Amino acid sequence: MSAAIITKVDERIAFYEVPAGKKAIVAVTGLVLIGYVVAHMLGNLQIFLGRERINAYAELLHSSGPLLWAARLVLLVAVGLHIVFTVQLWLAKRRARPVRYLKKVDVPSAYAARTMILSGPLIAAFVIFHVLHLTTGQAGLPFEPLNVYDNVVRGFRIWYVSLAYMVAVSLVGVHVWHGLWSMLHTLGLDDERYRPTLERISHAVGLLTALGYLSIPVAVLTGLIGGGVN
Amino acid sequence: MRIILHVWRQKNASEPGRMVRYEVNNVNPHMSFLEMLDVLNEELVQQGEDPIAFDHDCREGICGMCGFMINGRAHGPEPGTTVCQLHMRHFRDGDELWLEPFRARAFPLIRDLVVNRSAFDRLIAAGGYISVNAGSAPDANAIPVPKQAAEKAMDAAACIGCGACVAQCPNASAALFLGAKISHLGLLPQGQPERYQRVLKMVSQAALEGFGHCTNAGECEAVCPKRIKLEVIARMNRDYLVAAVKHLGVKEAVEAGVG
Ligand code: HEM
Ligand code: SF4
Ligand code: FES
Repeated sequence: MSAAIITKVDERIAFYEVPAGKKAIVAVTGLVLIGYVVAHMLGNLQIFLGRERINAYAELLHSSGPLLWAARLVLLVAVGLHIVFTVQLWLAKRRARPVRYLKKVDVPSAYAARTMILSGPLIAAFVIFHVLHLTTGQAGLPFEPLNVYDNVVRGFRIWYVSLAYMVAVSLVGVHVWHGLWSMLHTLGLDDERYRPTLERISHAVGLLTALGYLSIPVAVLTGLIGGGVN
Repeated sequence: MRIILHVWRQKNASEPGRMVRYEVNNVNPHMSFLEMLDVLNEELVQQGEDPIAFDHDCREGICGMCGFMINGRAHGPEPGTTVCQLHMRHFRDGDELWLEPFRARAFPLIRDLVVNRSAFDRLIAAGGYISVNAGSAPDANAIPVPKQAAEKAMDAAACIGCGACVAQCPNASAALFLGAKISHLGLLPQGQPERYQRVLKMVSQAALEGFGHCTNAGECEAVCPKRIKLEVIARMNRDYLVAAVKHLGVKEAVEAGVG
């Protein structure tokens, strides 16, 4: 195979066409999503402070009008770019090795790193269901506008709703486990000396995020919260 | 020792290949892996069969010519070791080993275990050099280099261009090789004038050659016979992003013939 050799800088391929550029976009959008996922988790934990507290929080968010829509827009654009570029990269990677190995050891490589393309789309599918369930109320599950507390409790008492949620947030944890560190590396913020620390932080954020989200269906299923809801 | 081999045999790129089973008896544990293949090849030639084609040159781990997959690991099971420096004592009597060529679109197969790694040469030609006026050698230490930069640059310069990183990478990415070259040259004062053009050109060339992208999986680092560290990829990404942002300035500099 012969390829022309790039000899001048203006012959170079555009930023969004080279893997490193695409990855930078994935990294920045991924960081936006991690920021959202962590903030959302912290917000949700207010459910442990009682019905008034979490419902007031929902009210607050809804009353912020244009701000809420701006945030939604940013998230939507981030998700869109994240998905477009990861899928492009994944397709390109399949072309990069047309003949597979008969035997291949995946040396040290993290399970999480190799399954980003599985955890990602599963999370996306879940997010759609999740929005229909708790934001728009169109999932065919019990729903009262702005009564977040009751909606969550009634939803999670249905075992398969809880199960789907728990699987999905675990996948978010797995995705972030590799994603946070990977994203820092992609943006060039890595060095042999602090890599173990960065990896540990990344694993911890993934784990804590998953645990934070998991605590809610577990609390509902064990009756820790939602006692007064029928 | 007795070793059972399953070797990928393929006459050329257009004919289909297949795994062929061989038994090698009387393997001396002090032999290198390639010497073991030499012994097998002699037997094959005596039997009138085609010997197994594999790349090699220095046989002392410095030229980067050798390399294939042994049981799904580039250069075999020993970390930091080329296949020419891998000795049979690391295997056990009766071991069964699968040998496959490095697989990547950018490394088309030539024959058996030999692949064409000219794509690496084109990456270097695109920017992996420092332009200097030829003349008498400069005095030692005429240009001071900070110790830390010198050490990291030396570590990166250890890359022998064998291609194991590409072969092992789940995405057939050349990021470790590229990162090694970009770090090696970009850390030294002599490499500064062309630093940002270099990364733009080499990264673009890699995309043209059909290498995959880096997912920071770290498999390359684990098999690299020269133990090149993943951090070289972060440095390349950093330089690439800076270069992409500053591109206008670089372009003008090129047009003005600077650097
Ligand atoms: C909760 C939402 C999500 C968060 C917080 C998130 C975060 C991240 C982060 C930080 C990275 C690392 C980027 C890098 O390596 O530089 C990443 C990579 C990735 N994400 Fe997501 N992501 C989310 C949703 C998704 C979705 C919906 C998909 C669906 C396609 C997806 C697919 C991927 C893939 C395939 C990668 C690996 C990219 C590569 O290295 O090739 N992610 N994600
Ligand atoms: S980085 Fe390591 S594995 Fe890759 S070509 Fe250089 S020496 Fe070989
Ligand atoms: S033959 Fe030179 S490195 Fe192995």
